[in-house]
Amino acid sequence: MSSHKAKSKRFQNRIPSLPLHSSKSPPQTSRKHTLHSLTHRRRRGRLHMTQTPPNDESRPTRTGMRLIVPLQGVVQGRGGILLGSLIPCALFYFLQFYLKRNRSPPPPNPPPSRSASSSDLPRSSSRPNLLSRGASMGRVQLSARANHVAKANESPYYIGLDRVREDAYDELTNPDGVIQLGLAENRLSLDLIEERLSKNLADLMSGAGGHPGLRGIATYQPFDGLLEFKMAMADFMTEAMGNEVSFDPLKMVLTSGGTPALEILSFCLADPGNAFLVPAPYYPGFDRDLKWRTGVELIPVHCRSCDNFALSITALEQAFNQARKRGQKVRGILISNPSNPVGNMLNPYDILDFARERNIHIISDEIFAGSTYGNEKFVSMAEIVDSEDAFKDRVHIVYGLSKDLCIPGFRVGVIYSFNENVLKASKKLTRFSSVSTPTQQILAPMLSDKRFIQEYINTNRQRIRSMYDLVVSGLKELGLECTESSGGLYCWVDMSKLISPYNEKGELDLWDKLLNTAKINVTPGSACHCIEPGWFRFCFTTLRVNEVPLVMERIRKVVEICKPSV
Amino acid sequence: MAIKPLTQPSSASSAAISLSKIAVSNTHGEDSPYFAGWKAYDENPYDESSNPSGVIQMGLAENQVSFDLLEKYLEKNSSDPTSSGRVSSFRENALFQDYHGLLSFRKAMASFMEQIRGGRAKFDPERIVITAGATAANELLTFILADPGDALLVPTPYYPGFDRDLRWRTGVHIVPIHCDSSNAFEITPSALDSAYSDAESRGLRVRGVLITNPSNPLGATVKRAVLEHVLDFGALKNIHLVSDEIYSGSAFSDREFVSIAEVLEARGGRGSERCHIVYSLSKDLGLPGFRVGTIYSYNDAVVTTARRMSSFTLISSQTQQLLATMLSDEEFTAGYIETNRERLRRRYRMIVDELGRAGIECLKGNAGLFCWMNLSPFLKDETVEEELALWECILREVKLNISPGVSCHCAEPGWFRVCFANMSEQTLQVALARIHDFVERRRGNQ
Repeated sequence: MSSHKAKSKRFQNRIPSLPLHSSKSPPQTSRKHTLHSLTHRRRRGRLHMTQTPPNDESRPTRTGMRLIVPLQGVVQGRGGILLGSLIPCALFYFLQFYLKRNRSPPPPNPPPSRSASSSDLPRSSSRPNLLSRGASMGRVQLSARANHVAKANESPYYIGLDRVREDAYDELTNPDGVIQLGLAENRLSLDLIEERLSKNLADLMSGAGGHPGLRGIATYQPFDGLLEFKMAMADFMTEAMGNEVSFDPLKMVLTSGGTPALEILSFCLADPGNAFLVPAPYYPGFDRDLKWRTGVELIPVHCRSCDNFALSITALEQAFNQARKRGQKVRGILISNPSNPVGNMLNPYDILDFARERNIHIISDEIFAGSTYGNEKFVSMAEIVDSEDAFKDRVHIVYGLSKDLCIPGFRVGVIYSFNENVLKASKKLTRFSSVSTPTQQILAPMLSDKRFIQEYINTNRQRIRSMYDLVVSGLKELGLECTESSGGLYCWVDMSKLISPYNEKGELDLWDKLLNTAKINVTPGSACHCIEPGWFRFCFTTLRVNEVPLVMERIRKVVEICKPSV
Repeated sequence: MAIKPLTQPSSASSAAISLSKIAVSNTHGEDSPYFAGWKAYDENPYDESSNPSGVIQMGLAENQVSFDLLEKYLEKNSSDPTSSGRVSSFRENALFQDYHGLLSFRKAMASFMEQIRGGRAKFDPERIVITAGATAANELLTFILADPGDALLVPTPYYPGFDRDLRWRTGVHIVPIHCDSSNAFEITPSALDSAYSDAESRGLRVRGVLITNPSNPLGATVKRAVLEHVLDFGALKNIHLVSDEIYSGSAFSDREFVSIAEVLEARGGRGSERCHIVYSLSKDLGLPGFRVGTIYSYNDAVVTTARRMSSFTLISSQTQQLLATMLSDEEFTAGYIETNRERLRRRYRMIVDELGRAGIECLKGNAGLFCWMNLSPFLKDETVEEELALWECILREVKLNISPGVSCHCAEPGWFRVCFANMSEQTLQVALARIHDFVERRRGNQ
């Protein structure tokens, strides 16, 4: 094979891959040099790297279309007078477009001459300045994606979380603080595992109880997780999901939480500019996890209250077709099941049929699978794929211990896939987000203890159910209805009668009152991309039972203010 | 909800489902000889008693020489090492997923980093961003400092993992700063300029320089004058400087390592907004399995952004807790740092002296868990092919996995990185004996 330098900045990888017990076949995009050309290039001391530039083509097209479509509407009217008003219109649009483009970082300053360089730069006058202020705010530029991230916390979801951090309610020390109802975290059942885990930790450090001791946990381990831990996770997942399917440790890649699991799958299944369909309303974190660094888009598929927010396959089909018309490539569908923020169960068969017909992937985020409490039975994607081999390559499940086991701090997530190539790629990618080995060692014995886990899951479910009933009935007394949920750590509350006007602004006004007047942090539906205004997610598993009356009392105050006058 | 029966598959859907370009690319670099040797080791690992003729792993930069110190500490500090007088309970730990990281942990890291630098630089815990390992820290910084298609300048030879960590998901290029043995592989101003021009001529926008100090694979610290020059260069071009100081605690002597932090303080912080330090406990403390890395940045925007992005790579709260306790015990850490340095220096001397007796020269090193060995006299021709042939021979016949310079992008063939801290002294002796025999045989054949 001969090498050549393409005009579009692509270079050859000069490192030959040797035929040494390699179990991997060379990927199709690699190109190899002849030995001769390698020698020649090496001697000249010029070294080049392979890089395929990411596909950015779709972006200008979409921006362009956002301009053209409204303009076309104007132009298709009568000429003359219309053109007289059209031209300023067009100029206005172009001015906006131009300003938007130029808000991205400007090109670097031309370098000052060498002699001027030392005097040109700001001088901190003393050591404390360096330490406290840490230097000026960016004469040197960050990347465009960093600038995007820097602005990210403008969503009410994050603002609310920050407010709680600053002014958290505490019964004794801060009784007027903000009560947290905006974080889907389960604090109800920590006591059940605390004793068990504390003992495991002690044994781990001392090497007692069959633990390998420090040497066994400190050294480099497979980045995708210890096999013993995978086996323990497989046991746990089997229990948590109702013992209907046996999970296979070899189909797992462990990650430091559900967040990186989602991101890794996004990197593996889609190229920049591609999209996933997502039933909306959806978990606000998806916007970060699947989009931030990957360049992938999410297309919401709106679910409605008249359907109890169930996913309509028609809506799914429409969204898919519209994307295709726009020239946007849909690579998969991302579902959360049980869903967040509504708490519904999805029908995995429908999803599988849809995905199969369009040859796209399914990412099934099942992180709340063990936190079900309703009448509907949870059915994992794994359950239906087990019985049907042909299309398993498209199914990927995300799971973790943050919700069902109440330990988000330990950072344990799982990618479970039936696709060998996805597993291979994920195994490599998870080195950027692997699970701490001591954590794996501490958790493994507990997760494999079937009897303990069964008891835990059942008790946990009961506690969630009790809290759900308490909160839902409390809200009902205030005149607020919830959808009927079957799983998750939250309820989906209809406050649309209290908002005015009946739109996103009205909803955010109410959210603001709840946060600043009632001092409770809840998540507004708009942060979850809900198309109907006035819905709110109330997470109730961060509450103690004795705090519920207080919460209701605070909400009552706001309900009184906002009630439409009869 | 009733469960529907399965529908019949259509013929169109039997087409294989495709993955992304990233998933199928080989930018992860794991097909290189650096990793191929590891496979050979995995298949036939040396064991003193059960497999004395197996492959000895000298390609993994892992520090096992000071484990006993850690073990003693953990034994002494009770059955629950997380309980010594700190505030957070199990419950708080279990729920703690704040991307700021535990304050006690950040304070302990800052203090540890200061101790390593002999107190010659101060670190502010508020500027520490936690990541699950230095691998993640380097990648995260690259995402923040550069856009897809941009370039980072990296001096050669460099750690093979950078090809993956800096390029794979980020879409950023590495443009090498060529260093050679004529001046002990130090970065020269002209090499830096050439690299920058090289990038420009390829139409690549340079966003920063990334150096490793102490260097991997050279096993040597970067001189102060070079640091000064790289800082000035960064100021001139208005680009970033990332200093990967992951081996800072593995410099054989405290005085020989100069951190970029020290240079910045000496300058009164001038230009510091361009500087970012990467650190981890994987090498100095020998705890790679714990997955503990940090970014220390003097740039507020980088700290804020990195912190948010660290959601993808947080450290287990329980691990943070454990280490916070250990690293804030200053008596322990001071003793550990000193003893670790001493032991590494001894190992280095052992291997270099023995290699010297066999007629093999190494680069003069003063840090790290490896030495940079020159086998070019043993090459028939000074070519990559010969180097790889020699490497394979050493792997197959001598049963040692060492890392060939080509995998580190070294411009001169014949150099190899040999790790010495990931094994017992006895194993090291066995390895050295094998090398000795190999050299004798080669000489005999010539």
